[in-house]
Amino acid sequence: MDSTAQKNKILIRVEDVSFHYGHQTVLSHVSLDMHTGDFLAVIGPNGSGKTTLIKIILGLLEPDQGRVKILGRSLGGFSEWSKLGYVPQNATHVDPFFPVSVKEVVDMGLIKEARSKQAGKEKGMEAISWALKQVDMEDQQNHRIGNLSGGQQQRVFIARAIVNKPVILFLDEPTTGVDAETQDRFYEMLGVLNKKEKMTIVLVTHDIGIVNKHVNRVACLNQKLIYHGDHDEFCRSEAFKSMLEGGHHLVSHRH
Amino acid sequence: MEAFLGYGFLQRALLAGIFIAVACALLGVFLILRRDAMIGHGMAHVTFAGIALGLLLSVVPLYTALAVTVVSVVGIIKIKKKAGLYGDTAIAIFSSAGFALGILFVSLGRSFNVDLFSYLFGDILAIGNEEVWLSVFLALVVIFVIVLNYKKLLFMTFDSESAKAAGIKVNRLDMLVGILTAVTVVLGMKVVGILLVSAMIVLPAAAGLQLAGNFKRAILLSVAVSVVSVLGGLVCSLCLDLPASGTIVFAAFIIFLLFFLIKLRRDRK
Repeated sequence: MDSTAQKNKILIRVEDVSFHYGHQTVLSHVSLDMHTGDFLAVIGPNGSGKTTLIKIILGLLEPDQGRVKILGRSLGGFSEWSKLGYVPQNATHVDPFFPVSVKEVVDMGLIKEARSKQAGKEKGMEAISWALKQVDMEDQQNHRIGNLSGGQQQRVFIARAIVNKPVILFLDEPTTGVDAETQDRFYEMLGVLNKKEKMTIVLVTHDIGIVNKHVNRVACLNQKLIYHGDHDEFCRSEAFKSMLEGGHHLVSHRH
Repeated sequence: MEAFLGYGFLQRALLAGIFIAVACALLGVFLILRRDAMIGHGMAHVTFAGIALGLLLSVVPLYTALAVTVVSVVGIIKIKKKAGLYGDTAIAIFSSAGFALGILFVSLGRSFNVDLFSYLFGDILAIGNEEVWLSVFLALVVIFVIVLNYKKLLFMTFDSESAKAAGIKVNRLDMLVGILTAVTVVLGMKVVGILLVSAMIVLPAAAGLQLAGNFKRAILLSVAVSVVSVLGGLVCSLCLDLPASGTIVFAAFIIFLLFFLIKLRRDRK
């Protein structure tokens, strides 16, 4: 396989997916592919189905119609969970009384790794150190997570999601409640994971401005898929203009 | 002390008490952090029906209590999901129904009121050989299952959605925790009785959680508090000629209070 083919390899295929909460349509006939090397921003106004789409891909919700294939396998037969990393929405709403250290939180991510039992403690510790180093939290590994700031907690959850060196990393509104300066550093870190560690990143956000620097693909949702393609093209597209003019609750700010 | 340990009844009480204490503390930490602390209390009410049924049918009450409590906990989990009820509502429904059923069974078999008292208030010093080995075996099963699933249980308790996304069968594990709780409540009943069994699950774990900086330490502290409470409670019971159930639970409460005060002082610094 040549490098272009490798780069364009389909990792996730969403085919004609629809989803309803009661009588309310959340997703309607959505189809899209996610490829190797993508840094994809899934954007759209509140209630547009962004989080629902990610939850369907991860098997947390079952679609009413359509199907999802991950790494060529249908969701039902998929078992390589260590190849997916996930940082959920509101990850920073940690119960401050839960007595769990940073190291223990990152270690949770190793459960997915089938080799972990055989590989033993040492390999697990190496993986935890590597993940914490990526997010610059190595020095805090024995701290209780409830005592950290929102930005630091977010980085710990990223470390948990990447500890298995996943092929795809999903992040759902990861910077909610995090200050602007920390957000910038956070997106730079994701850029490094995408470029240096060759991780495909799927980022759910309603903040289209903040991702301008790093994403290379955009999927714009509003129940239906309005746009899916290059980030630069999207910024010039009618879809982008009409979303901003339509008063949707998207935040746009240029760098 | 050597003279005390020479008594068969005390050896049996210590053996069963220590294993049950470890099982209660291990499970208690997970239940408190899942905000399910009251499930022990609810299950205790259901256990009352199981014990009364056993006495009515002249079957070993421990067996009927186990069966009724396990069936009820499965019912609580199912009804919570299918009827969209809050957890505490589902527990309240089953615990009140269980207690009502227990009263009916007691009324049908008027002759066993004295036996029932030993289950209501606990009597570990009167535990028989068969019950000791059954208790130790069941406690070991609970401990083994928790240790085996330790990481998965921690992940699910801390962040259920991410655990599910990581491929952990969260619903299956939920059911497992429920069944372990049912078994542990029945075991704890032998030590402190139906009326105080939830204290065996909640107090040592609540004490451990006061001072622990990480999860492993919370588990170890809770287990230590639980075992010390049983040992201290038994010694006080023998020395002061007081009921063991009361002294064990009160010992756990005193330790909780002590840990709470230490935490308050530490937080002020």
